[in-house]
Amino acid sequence: MNRSTTPHPAGRARAWLTAAALAGLALLSGCERPPMESVQHGYRGTGMVQVYNPRTLLEVDAANVLPPAQPPADASGPKAGAIYQNVKVLGDLSVGEFTRLMVAMTAWVSPEQGCTYCHAGANFADDSLYTKVVARKMIQMTQHINSDWKPHVKETGVTCYTCHRGQNIPQNIWFTAKSEPYGSNFMGDKAGQNTPAPSVGLSTLPYDPFTPYLLGAEPIRVNAKNALPISGQQGESIRRTETTYGLMMHMSQGLGVNCTYCHNSQNFGKWEGGPPQRVTAWHGIRMARDINLAYMEPLTNVFPAHRKGELGDVAKANCATCHNGAYKPLLGQSMLKDHPELAAYRPYTAAAAAPAAPADAPPGAAPKQ
Amino acid sequence: MAQYQNLFTTVQAVGPLHHGVELGHGNSPRTGEPFLLYWAGKLGNAQIGPIYLGGLGIASLMLGLLAFNIIGFNMLASVNYDPIQFVRQLFWLSLEPPGPNHGLGLAPLNQGGWWQIVGLFLTASILLWWVRTYRRARELGMGTHVPWAFAAAIWLFLVLGLFRPVLMGTWSEAVPFGIFSHLDWTAAFSLRYGNLFYNPFHALSIAFLYGSVLLFAMHGATILAVGRYGGEREIEQITDRGTASERAALFWRWTMGFNATMESIHRWAWWFAVLCPLTGGIGILLTGTVVDNWYLWAVKHGVAPPYPDVFPAVTDPALNLGGK
Repeated sequence: MNRSTTPHPAGRARAWLTAAALAGLALLSGCERPPMESVQHGYRGTGMVQVYNPRTLLEVDAANVLPPAQPPADASGPKAGAIYQNVKVLGDLSVGEFTRLMVAMTAWVSPEQGCTYCHAGANFADDSLYTKVVARKMIQMTQHINSDWKPHVKETGVTCYTCHRGQNIPQNIWFTAKSEPYGSNFMGDKAGQNTPAPSVGLSTLPYDPFTPYLLGAEPIRVNAKNALPISGQQGESIRRTETTYGLMMHMSQGLGVNCTYCHNSQNFGKWEGGPPQRVTAWHGIRMARDINLAYMEPLTNVFPAHRKGELGDVAKANCATCHNGAYKPLLGQSMLKDHPELAAYRPYTAAAAAPAAPADAPPGAAPKQ
Repeated sequence: MAQYQNLFTTVQAVGPLHHGVELGHGNSPRTGEPFLLYWAGKLGNAQIGPIYLGGLGIASLMLGLLAFNIIGFNMLASVNYDPIQFVRQLFWLSLEPPGPNHGLGLAPLNQGGWWQIVGLFLTASILLWWVRTYRRARELGMGTHVPWAFAAAIWLFLVLGLFRPVLMGTWSEAVPFGIFSHLDWTAAFSLRYGNLFYNPFHALSIAFLYGSVLLFAMHGATILAVGRYGGEREIEQITDRGTASERAALFWRWTMGFNATMESIHRWAWWFAVLCPLTGGIGILLTGTVVDNWYLWAVKHGVAPPYPDVFPAVTDPALNLGGK
């Protein structure tokens, strides 16, 4: 074929190539662009590798800058519990320490609304705003996490800022999903999955893996403990496996890590020879369950309807609530060291008996003074 | 001089339109007037039709279409009959099998019942289509290599959706009908049964899959490369080995010391392709029924290699009763 006399085929080929290139670009537009950074995490050749997008890491770095800490307050002087009324969980602090924490909490949780987000009018002892009741419970929760959940938070600990980051409501919270939203009982049941849901990394896995595992205590493990099936025993179902897998997708997304950050690539169920991070994560799952059951659920009646989920349940915590996409919340920088008052329960001890009991009472019944 | 060196056929040799051979007693008439399609001729034969539908073909198409529509309407209902969301979420939408609580019994329509109906229709449709390929092959006086290769794929389909769920005693072990959902099912299946990569039949299946691809590429490339010597006339060259065949054979003997022949290469390709779903199906069938954790099985039989410890010793915290 003589090309010089028939220019059309070449032109047509170019048009086809252009169309193919455009189609290729359109298909790739949902992907993250290379290059990625791959970091070996275990023994060579076993796929124990963490893959990082350096551009995402820059965003994570920028999002995890600590707010400036206030200079420490004088620990001497009269206790807050002796001076102020209705101080139930921080009464053992000096007035200076107490005020410093209140200022810090305002910056962490309600920088725009200021003190009046929680305190009604001039009487700061008044508990009439639900936010104050919630805040008190959250301080107790923070102290509980820092003193009783050291297997997960170590000495780094958490403060209000770990989750709130300057917002009234932490960015990553969850509600129990309404699994059949359209009311049909004839066809089209999604079985609580098959939706591009961010909670499970846009997979088709069950999009509420939190209710069974971070509120309930259903078994997360699905691997058989023996090589061969045991006669008469039913192993875990594929459906449960997918729910576990959904929780793991959330953890991976919430921490910005791959599966092999915690798991052995030979077998995900195997503990021996695997990364120690998995033990920390194991405690983290139980910690999330504990705070949802002991601190969030009891607040259900305190929250107004517009703060609740579709099924009227309270906002709850998962891994992303604190981690916010980082392998350690705030990339492992401790704010607790600047706020030792949040490290443990600090009731006012000088005037015996009185304050300890109401602090443990259910908040629904709590204080209208 | 036209040469067979392109991805597309550059010269279309077109003869008079033909309906095909005379059919004997018991055959239906063929459907449609044949016609020529230039663009089809770029890829294959330019003649389209006539098609032989017959009773089996019609029954198979109807059942298949029914299954397809039930899946589609379930997907549509799952986005509240919103056509835009149907398109946007199409790859996520799925028809799920019954939950484990239903065992092998009939499930309510919206809790896997539709899946069971689709499974029945689709299986019937595919089996009827298989009979059709067998009958058409016989009618043309051909061997039955195509139906048996198709049967290998059907074996894997039936293992996944029928044989294994029955052996496991629950339909919930079967695969959902959906694009992404069947992929997530596959990953979950491997996770549940302790890593399918330690399943030797899975390994065999992968070897035959990659082997098929390799053989296909080698064979296609060889024939295209000797097309200028008439190498595409493979069948004639089986008995009358021309220069194309000799050159192709020489090429592989030079490069790897051994060559297939014009006839044996097709046997290689057929067996590799057929063994891929056959071995894969065996691997799936053994999973959960005979072996519950492939990793532990591989450790037991010395297949999984031990690696040096690089992390500080870790033990299952659930075993530590003192822990919180």
